Amino acid sequence: MKKYLPAILIGAYAFFITISIIAGYQPGKDVGNNFLEYSISMIKILPCAFILIGLFEVWIKREVIEKHLGKDSRFMGYLWAMLLGSVTIGPMIVSLPIAQSLFKKGASMRVIFAYLGASTVCRIPMTIFEASCIGVKFTIVRYVVSIPLILIFAVFYGRHLDKKHYALAGE
Amino acid sequence: MYLFIITGVALLVSLIANKKKTLQGLKKAWKKFIKMVVPLSVVLVLVSFALYFMTPEMISKYLSGGHQAIGVLIASAFGSITLMPGFIAFPLSGILRDNNVSYMIISAFTTTLMMVGLLTFPVEQKFLGTRVAVIRNVASLFTALIVALITGIIFGEIFV
Repeated sequence: MKKYLPAILIGAYAFFITISIIAGYQPGKDVGNNFLEYSISMIKILPCAFILIGLFEVWIKREVIEKHLGKDSRFMGYLWAMLLGSVTIGPMIVSLPIAQSLFKKGASMRVIFAYLGASTVCRIPMTIFEASCIGVKFTIVRYVVSIPLILIFAVFYGRHLDKKHYALAGE
Repeated sequence: MYLFIITGVALLVSLIANKKKTLQGLKKAWKKFIKMVVPLSVVLVLVSFALYFMTPEMISKYLSGGHQAIGVLIASAFGSITLMPGFIAFPLSGILRDNNVSYMIISAFTTTLMMVGLLTFPVEQKFLGTRVAVIRNVASLFTALIVALITGIIFGEIFV
């Protein structure tokens, strides 16, 4: 039953939207428009993201990632993870498959969490936009407070998972 | 746009360097994409409903005027539920600020929007596993609340 839940949900949704369009039910049409808008914004990012991830997996040697982002990496590992996170484009939906690839190549969970954290709060294009809309001081405060907290979480929880040999979902 | 150029150049260089490896990479990319389609569709369905109810007008109505602490809680609830692209969220935050909504409340809203995702949970769960995904979200919620609190202190909105 649980396995079919997504299919049932998507089917019912498609039915609802179709009926709404036929019957001219405005709220249903609005929801459908939202879906379309978001799908388009995803389609603009996801194919490129996945192609780059695919190329990363065939070209980058495991030893390189293991050495710089693996269990024995220290400060520099976090720095690389944060840099990579800040240049990642798109929502967490994009950074998760990247995290999975890094893990497959031997990155530690500590570094993965630093990467995920940075990809949520430090994305460069987002930051610039935020600062221009709300204010530079606001953005600086957010950075200065959230980055140490992200790193604390990454270090402690990541280390805990590394010790347990936690594995991210594979292929 | 830059993303297309970067991807195109990377693909071209890769093709010239090694055709077989490139095809292998594309195959991997396709496989990953296919695996993502179902959870992503579920997320898009949920988000399309959430954004119908959570319009910018509605958010700004609930966050304007009223108690600071309650405002922070409502803002983090709004931010935690859904994902919202920056081009809607940040201009909205600018409007909120012009309507005298405190920086603390705006911070709770934008930070949870970035870090916590209830409706995107199906995708996160698929990659991180249920337990780790829950813990990451809870920790992120606390991080966002701390960020909001310190923002409030620095901007002189609380404890003055």
